[in-house]
Amino acid sequence: MSAAVEMLNTDNDFFEVAGQRFTSRLLVGTGKYKDFTETKKAIEASGAEIVTVAVRRVNIHAGKGEMLQDYVDPKKYTYLPNTAGCFTAEDAIRTLRLAREAGGWNLVKLEVLGDKTTLYPDMEETLRAAKVLLDDGFDVMVYCTDDPIAAKKLEDMGCCAIMPLAAPIGSGLGIQNPLNIELIIRQSSVPVLVDAGVGTASDAAVAMELGCDGVLMNTAIAEAKDPIRMARAMKLAIQAGREAYLAGRMPKKGYADASSPSQGLIK
Amino acid sequence: MNITLNGEAFIFTSGSSISDLLKTLDLEVEKVAIERNMEILPHSLYDNTHIVDGDNLEIVHFIGGG
Repeated sequence: MSAAVEMLNTDNDFFEVAGQRFTSRLLVGTGKYKDFTETKKAIEASGAEIVTVAVRRVNIHAGKGEMLQDYVDPKKYTYLPNTAGCFTAEDAIRTLRLAREAGGWNLVKLEVLGDKTTLYPDMEETLRAAKVLLDDGFDVMVYCTDDPIAAKKLEDMGCCAIMPLAAPIGSGLGIQNPLNIELIIRQSSVPVLVDAGVGTASDAAVAMELGCDGVLMNTAIAEAKDPIRMARAMKLAIQAGREAYLAGRMPKKGYADASSPSQGLIK
Repeated sequence: MNITLNGEAFIFTSGSSISDLLKTLDLEVEKVAIERNMEILPHSLYDNTHIVDGDNLEIVHFIGGG
């Protein structure tokens, strides 16, 4: 790896969720990989510190076998249990209470979906679940629509990170409504992370250039032809986007503006 | 003794504890969470909680997900 990239890694640039500091602004899912070895390698290449995990029934006929924890060490990575597949507040709450018992930590990702075709968040159920979980002592990072009003309600309730979608889960379409994402970033005093819908590195860079605190993705890496290489690409894109945001882009102009001086031209 | 385990009918020895069940299933205590009749059962109670006929148990763990 080049010295320039290493330099970015050691930058004193971090975001904070529920009292924990994270320097990697790329959060990754652990699903859809061909095996645990690929999962492990892709996560290492991504540089992620937070990984999302699902909570599911054990296979009572298979015994322990190999488990995710054997490859992705929960002591090294922050496991963020999700409620993927939950369509009611009750299911999501039940799932996260089990996750807390399985893992022993309070930081969770809440998502309550409204529809199997779009996997679009059901904000009414999400708000209801968030209230119960917050009252129960959870630190809730919440997957939501890119509606600034819904996002504000979630922040006011006490959610520790707002995670609007870029596009439907697994669609790889990139940020469909950059204006809404920007509105949410501007109004929020907790971290805003774009979650879902990123397809390739430039999508991640765009999210970071808008001023997001981070991006959470799974399919864009896992379903790339070379997931490990894409994980690296995403890491670099997140860093590039963040640096560009901090650097402050030049204003857009409706005319040309020559870079070379016009003085001293040979005549 | 008949119980429901992860949605399936399951026959197990009467008087067994949750820890006994996990041993039989070859599951590691620290990697699972258990719900007994819709209530979370803390890890600390696995040794002393005895399964009774008709119990409905859910045993879950973390798997890969986005």
